[in-house]
Amino acid sequence: MIKIWSMKKSEDAAAKKKPKTSAAQIRVQKDLTELELPETMRTHFPDPSDLLNFTLTITPDEGMYKGGSFTFSFAINTNYPHEPPKVKCIPKIYHPNVDLDGNVCLNILREDWKPVLNLNSVMVGLQYLFLEPNADDPLNKEAAEELRRNRDQFVYNVRQAMRGNNVKGIQYDRVVSF
Amino acid sequence: MAAVNGNATSSDWDDRYYHIDQILDRPGPRTDPSFQAGDDVKKFLRNKCKILVIGAGGLGCEILANLALSGFKDIHVIDMDTIDISNLNRQFLFRPKDVGKPKAIVAAEFIMNRVPGVKVTPYFGKIQDKDEDYYMQFNIIVCGLDSVEARRWINATLVNMVDDDNPESLKPLIDGGTEGFKGQARVILPQLTSCYECSLDMLNKPTAFPICTIANTPRLPEHCIEWASVLEWPRVYGDKRLDTDDPEHINWLYNIALKRAKEFKIEGVTWSLTQGVVKNIIPAIASTNAIIAASCCNEAFKIATSAAAYLNNYFMLIGTDGVYSYTFEHERRKDCPVCGGESLDITVGKEWTVERLIEMLVEKEDIQIKRPSLSTSKKQIYFQAPPQLEQATRPNLEMKVSELLEDGDEITVTSSTLPFNLSLRIKYT
Ligand SMILES: [Zn+2]
Repeated sequence: MIKIWSMKKSEDAAAKKKPKTSAAQIRVQKDLTELELPETMRTHFPDPSDLLNFTLTITPDEGMYKGGSFTFSFAINTNYPHEPPKVKCIPKIYHPNVDLDGNVCLNILREDWKPVLNLNSVMVGLQYLFLEPNADDPLNKEAAEELRRNRDQFVYNVRQAMRGNNVKGIQYDRVVSF
Repeated sequence: MAAVNGNATSSDWDDRYYHIDQILDRPGPRTDPSFQAGDDVKKFLRNKCKILVIGAGGLGCEILANLALSGFKDIHVIDMDTIDISNLNRQFLFRPKDVGKPKAIVAAEFIMNRVPGVKVTPYFGKIQDKDEDYYMQFNIIVCGLDSVEARRWINATLVNMVDDDNPESLKPLIDGGTEGFKGQARVILPQLTSCYECSLDMLNKPTAFPICTIANTPRLPEHCIEWASVLEWPRVYGDKRLDTDDPEHINWLYNIALKRAKEFKIEGVTWSLTQGVVKNIIPAIASTNAIIAASCCNEAFKIATSAAAYLNNYFMLIGTDGVYSYTFEHERRKDCPVCGGESLDITVGKEWTVERLIEMLVEKEDIQIKRPSLSTSKKQIYFQAPPQLEQATRPNLEMKVSELLEDGDEITVTSSTLPFNLSLRIKYT
């Protein structure tokens, strides 16, 4: 065998035995403990010892969705950050980029994910969807169509849906507390 | 231990190793200074060296054959898969009668029948079933895997195994991978060279299509398959996990995708494409596997014998545009969560609280740490954020470190001012 050990001894003592914490776990710790979320975003851990499964609630303080409270589930697997977190919108909401099953069209959650991105980037991206809903990447086609055609009607529909009313035959979940 | 055969034994014949021995009987201009030409090195290779092959698929079949034919006689192989009929086009150790049987076992038997005197010990199961004691018994580990997750696991395990007081704990890892006409072979010396995790961002990520394209404007058969797996499966089955190894699940996806494809007049949705897309199967070309496996085995031979300089440390083959290959030294990443970061031994008093430990870290001028968060591999000690976790861990600040940790325990420290993670080993005065 090659004499690897003699090479090792000539290196400086930087290499030490490491804890058994997985790379994904360390990265999630780093991401979470460095989150600097504005007042409008709040995380919740159903089981605080499980860092890989939690929710994020966004309460926009401006824009068309102001006053609503939108909760997303985050599920991170052991291949993070090679793979992005899986994110779903829990309430049924009227939004061009969110479908009725809670799937979210946000590029960094799929095709544009890179390991240098982190949980903060995803959360900021989600918040942005409520400030600037985007009619070009529709998941709820009706909502996208309405936003493109008649912005006032769209805003009206958003308010209706947020109160838990019916919009075009679809019952949405109430996400306002007043 | 099974009887492994060294030089002349019943299973060896005159000049069996004539060609290889020409390399091992005398030093060459590029042999390592420690190379001991002659019987010693041959004895080591043929009687002592224990080598582990992870994966008995496309690369694994080639690796096993090459190792056996170059004189390794104590080979172990791990694979969790069984043989599928679609493997037979390139995984040449398997025959139609073997379909359904474990790859590791069939491959081991084939090699032992074909190459006399070689002992191949199979394990049909996951690499995660085995612990450090198991991996410690090998001299070299060769990986021919198609899973990023499995590679990350074995890499982290081998890096963690390195023990400064035990030279035997450092196991060279030779990793091969292919993708169509492209491939790479690399030598990882844990804690000495860059590790698999260091180069994670060099990987091609699996193609993912924008979810709105899948939902609204499918154009490709792949869009229809992703519609079935990403949107329809969870809609219909809720939290039930999609098992990509279950043919019935694949069947369900295939039928849904096919219906979708008809609706949008898209052609090309087949059962095997469905399986390929959901399992993220990368096109496998037998000859690319052969090139990469051969490179891996040459490195294993050179490392085992010191007969020539080994690869330092990354060989890349690109056959998509003519033939282009490139060898370079991939550098260790200082912020690699597996082999990077810094490690410190710190001594604390038995009476110290967690709060005092944190103050001490913040005051340490050589590490420049602000607002550190601490955990062990099992529990959180103190988190600066998010608010709920800060609150949940705040009571620990007043606890004694010695109530939470034993002598020699390790703490993972992260902080926004550290681009890497810091690990602390606690010692009590
Ligand atoms: Zn590394």
